[in-house]
Amino acid sequence: MRGGLLIFFCASLAAAAVPGKIDFARDIQPLFSARCYGCHGPQQQMSGLRLDVKDAAIRGGYSGPLFKSGDGGNSTLIHRISGDKGFAAMPPVGPRLAGDEIALLRAWIDQGANWPDTGTAAAASRTSSHWAFQAIAHPAIPQVADASWVRNPVDAFIRARLEREKIAPAPEASRNTLLRRVSLDLTGLPPTPAEMDAFLTDKRPDAYERQVDRLLGSQHFAEKWARQWLDLARYADSDGYEKDWVRPWAWRYRQWVIEAIDRDMPFDQFTIAQIAGDLLPNSTPEQKIATGFHRNTLTNREGGIDNAQFRFENTVDRASTVGSVWLGLTVGCAQCHDHKFDPISQKDFYQTFAFFDNVEEVDIDAPLPGELGPWLRARDEYRKKRSELLAEYHVPELQAEWEKRLRETSANPGKWLDWDLAWDCVKKLTEGGDGAGILLKNERTAREQDILTDHFIRNYHFAVGPNRYDEIKFKELDEKLTVLKTTYPQLSQAMVLAESAPRTTYLRVRGDYKNPGIEVQPAALSVLPQLGTTKSRPTRLDLARWLVTPENPLTARVAVNRIWQELFGQGIVASSEDFGTRGDKPSHPELLDWLAGQFRENGWSRKQIIRTIVTSATYRQSSKARPELENSDASNTLLARQARLRLTAEGIRDSSLAVSGLLSTEIGGKSIRPPQPNGVMEMGYGKKGGAQWDESKGADRYRRGLYIQFLRSTPYPQLVNFDAPKSNVSLCRRERSNTSLQALNLLNDPVFVEAAQALAYRIATESSDPLKYAFHLTLGRDPNAREIKSMSTYLEKHDWTGLSSILLNLDEFITRE
Amino acid sequence: MKNEDFARIQSRRRFFRQCAGGIGTIALAELLRADTGDPLAPKPPHFPAKAKNIIFLFMEGAPSQMDLFDPKPALRKWHGHPLPPSMTKDLKLAFIKPTASILASPREFKPYGQCGMELSDLLPHTASIADDICMVRGMQSEAFNHHPGQLFLFAGHMIGGRPTMGAWVTYGLGSESQNLPGFVVLSSGVGTSAGSDNYSNGFLPSMYAGTVFRNSGDPILYLTNPPGMSNEAQRARLDTLREMNQEHLDDTGDREIASRIHSYELAYRMQSAGPELLDFSKESSATLEMYGVNTETTRPFATNCLLARRLVERGTRFVMLMHASWDHHSEINKSIGKQTAATDQPAAALIKDLKQRGMLENTLVVWGGEFGRTPMSEMRRPEEADNAGRDHHPNGYSIWLAGGGIRGGQVIGKTDELGLSVVQDAVQVHDLQATMLHCLGLDHKRLTYRHMGRDFRLTDVSGEVVPKMLV
Repeated sequence: MRGGLLIFFCASLAAAAVPGKIDFARDIQPLFSARCYGCHGPQQQMSGLRLDVKDAAIRGGYSGPLFKSGDGGNSTLIHRISGDKGFAAMPPVGPRLAGDEIALLRAWIDQGANWPDTGTAAAASRTSSHWAFQAIAHPAIPQVADASWVRNPVDAFIRARLEREKIAPAPEASRNTLLRRVSLDLTGLPPTPAEMDAFLTDKRPDAYERQVDRLLGSQHFAEKWARQWLDLARYADSDGYEKDWVRPWAWRYRQWVIEAIDRDMPFDQFTIAQIAGDLLPNSTPEQKIATGFHRNTLTNREGGIDNAQFRFENTVDRASTVGSVWLGLTVGCAQCHDHKFDPISQKDFYQTFAFFDNVEEVDIDAPLPGELGPWLRARDEYRKKRSELLAEYHVPELQAEWEKRLRETSANPGKWLDWDLAWDCVKKLTEGGDGAGILLKNERTAREQDILTDHFIRNYHFAVGPNRYDEIKFKELDEKLTVLKTTYPQLSQAMVLAESAPRTTYLRVRGDYKNPGIEVQPAALSVLPQLGTTKSRPTRLDLARWLVTPENPLTARVAVNRIWQELFGQGIVASSEDFGTRGDKPSHPELLDWLAGQFRENGWSRKQIIRTIVTSATYRQSSKARPELENSDASNTLLARQARLRLTAEGIRDSSLAVSGLLSTEIGGKSIRPPQPNGVMEMGYGKKGGAQWDESKGADRYRRGLYIQFLRSTPYPQLVNFDAPKSNVSLCRRERSNTSLQALNLLNDPVFVEAAQALAYRIATESSDPLKYAFHLTLGRDPNAREIKSMSTYLEKHDWTGLSSILLNLDEFITRE
Repeated sequence: MKNEDFARIQSRRRFFRQCAGGIGTIALAELLRADTGDPLAPKPPHFPAKAKNIIFLFMEGAPSQMDLFDPKPALRKWHGHPLPPSMTKDLKLAFIKPTASILASPREFKPYGQCGMELSDLLPHTASIADDICMVRGMQSEAFNHHPGQLFLFAGHMIGGRPTMGAWVTYGLGSESQNLPGFVVLSSGVGTSAGSDNYSNGFLPSMYAGTVFRNSGDPILYLTNPPGMSNEAQRARLDTLREMNQEHLDDTGDREIASRIHSYELAYRMQSAGPELLDFSKESSATLEMYGVNTETTRPFATNCLLARRLVERGTRFVMLMHASWDHHSEINKSIGKQTAATDQPAAALIKDLKQRGMLENTLVVWGGEFGRTPMSEMRRPEEADNAGRDHHPNGYSIWLAGGGIRGGQVIGKTDELGLSVVQDAVQVHDLQATMLHCLGLDHKRLTYRHMGRDFRLTDVSGEVVPKMLV
């Protein structure tokens, strides 16, 4: 049918009058102008194509050149306008080009596509007047009428605006509320009754600032703020796809984040290490571990998938994530087409993509303190025993034969299905490295050899079938090797990035990994100041350094805005993930710039900028509703009060465990598994032979929420119920929902029931005024008369455990006010 | 909050005081629901709808269309032989190569119903509802692996992180149910490749996530009171909690506390509605018999089908049944019969039951997997003759729909003689999604949510409603 149409169409073309000598200005340009400039002219250049400028037109669009001079029949332009070769006909709207118009264009190309120089329009460089792309200003600090309210410049900006609107700020929150608020905001944990007492009785004028400094110095500060960063880093402890393998060493990256924040690593260094720590001169293991940021992408080990597709998707994700986390731009929108609203072209996207295109995922030995010595001392003996075991089960001979067959299979796909499958498994199921890469290598390190041998022993059945596999007792061998490994000291591992040889990067037409367009080089977004390197091919390190150059107008703004969001529930730019033209405008643009400037000029210190904000009068306001402002400022954009914010999933767990005395305060380390109902794991593919949930023992059951092992396919229910991210992609802003499943979770989950029991025990044994003490523990304040009455009435018929559970379910308890 | 709203909350406070200590009544709940801007309160569709609810029977792993729905007698001619390369060049295959030999189906197909729909002998019960279902033989997916395929089917995109169909629907329409979740997930068989990604709320708020009714332990996580706590004690706990929350609402004026009070009341009602839902004692023995609830083979899926009807009856918007697995890479002739034995009768019973209760016309039922299977054989153990299976095949497979605005008793689409590709009326996954939303009165291009600066929708950037499917 389709073929028939084509033949008919070509016949009609041939029948059209053969044009004579074509004149570009007379015959072609008017046609381009009338039918093509709308999308490929001075206003916009869809798919990178511009037809009003000679050089640009000859270069072509993202798919490559448009015409082959002298060969109209094989030119993309002709295919496009006639809608053949599987292309949808151009132009996509309005009538199609007539047969003689097509013939005209074809003849013009046949005759050499002669295009006289008519002077060129300015190169299509992108500029924008959008606020976020302008340099960060140094705004003057405004004068306000009520100067006595102002504690620091933050307040001047906020108050000046309020005065313009003739709104008075809210009164300062009570000291109880203030300490509870700042403790939860800085450490994620409520103040203890002793801490509250100390603060309430401290009459020094700087008592509050002293509390702030104490909290900033607490290691729990790093845990709280690391969690915010882990959302951006889409941190998880599993692969994400199908079998959802556990990543036993993912926590090394989390640990790095906690430690970096704890010692207030300047944000510029923090940035560079995560994007390109491996490329720093003489990079340390810690700097390499930092690149784990981009190892949190998903891995698909499903049999039969195309590894190239997922490599591509991960590279796309890395480029998009850098865009949203550091630049606050929805760069990812340009994966398939030029950004619809922001000055980001599809080419820009692939130029960012190009920085990550030659990234290699590697796992390295990354010994923890104290591991190296014992490992070195035991190494020879361990290797000897391992070799003996392998020899006993004839591994060397069998593996050599297996490798030989696989090399043949990889060269002859489709010849032996069972071996095809075995080869696919080497590609997908090798633990700790790239099995196929290792197998095809001539020289291997001992580490690589071990990885391949371990894979061979575990997966040989794919090649030879279960009967033979049983016969050679490899299962038994595998168990023995595992025992041997646990008997001798091993080195801890880390998942990091490494740089492989440069690859040629192509723009992908319509974002399809199988559809390469023009070649691109790594470069900064064209709307922003450029990299300023003279290298022929800039690297990830150049990108990382560029993100934190003084000329970059976005990174500092985006970072302080997210800090502000954490402390007020909403950023100065409410759409903290989108500073582009469709995002929200800053409510206080000068304040944003002032904060960004402070951040950068004070050594990119996270703790310092947080200190500035939380010691302001703005932050210290009461969060009570102000009904009189509900019409004029319903979303509290002007900050005439603080906000009441439901705690995060982790915050709720941590607070419950803390007040009940169960919380383990150990910092860092491996992920843990608190009790969860059996049905959770059943819902994943991992049910059979995959990830299992071995409940942690002892104090590990009571560790903070950020240490809970996060399996993407079967996430821990309490985290999901309270809006923790799914961690498939980067997240800048969590939702705060309010659901009945949350209620059931806090009422009936054994974890919270246990917390209630422990809290009841504390209340009953630690104080002579239990009702008051219960409130001190949970809410950091005295109960009022009505609350005492409610509790007393309840206690007439019910026990302290029930009352403790009520307290842990109070809206006030799970809210920071 | 507007001043009037604030005043209303204040007056409700008095109302609460008046009935303090009493049980949260439905009327009270209704009051609160409307008052607190409950995001799950029912919302009008974009245009008048045929269907109010959806039951999606998700046949995980990709059922073989040519052994069930799409007869391919021509395969017999080719059985045991590879196809010429010219015919297989466009195939996307997971495990096998295009040179694999053809595997004919041993099944017998006959026409059923007045419409004469041809169905396999593995589906005697489905045969009895032929006139109610719309068979789509021209389905095409872009994914040819399970996890991406399931994401594509339910979230419209192969990469994770987006909301799924059930989440979109409850986001768009809310839920009629006061006591049960708006989006419920039931499962039978083994786990699915995509796990919770199949019913995730993605970047939508968490109230739109599918709530899993589990087969062991609590049907809904944490539904049961802690050990030793009676219902009266639970009620007392909630009453005191409400009183104290109310006290704080008065103090702070934060409307969020009113929503919290409402959530706890719904949780309490769910605690009794859950067990009531699961209690089949009031179902007639004929009904139980029809589904196969008491027969070992059919019990798990039959139980879920009956639950699906009961959920829809009680106002749940979207019920998703997951049955795994149809991933028959080997021994397909033996294994596929086990899955049809487990699912054929219950699925047909669901349609009949909905119909006899007058519920079919506003309930859309969809039966299908993430893609289909190849006409070529997959031979993992060439030495064993019965080992043949089929690989993944997204280029032309079958699903069926019934009820809720769908015209039954028809076959749409046609694959070529060998089932390699679609030759007439191809339906893309995004088209299916657009059509399902259309039945619910939702325009798939208008049902959007802004996330990370972009307006996302279930159908990503494509999808057309398929008018032929509609009444």
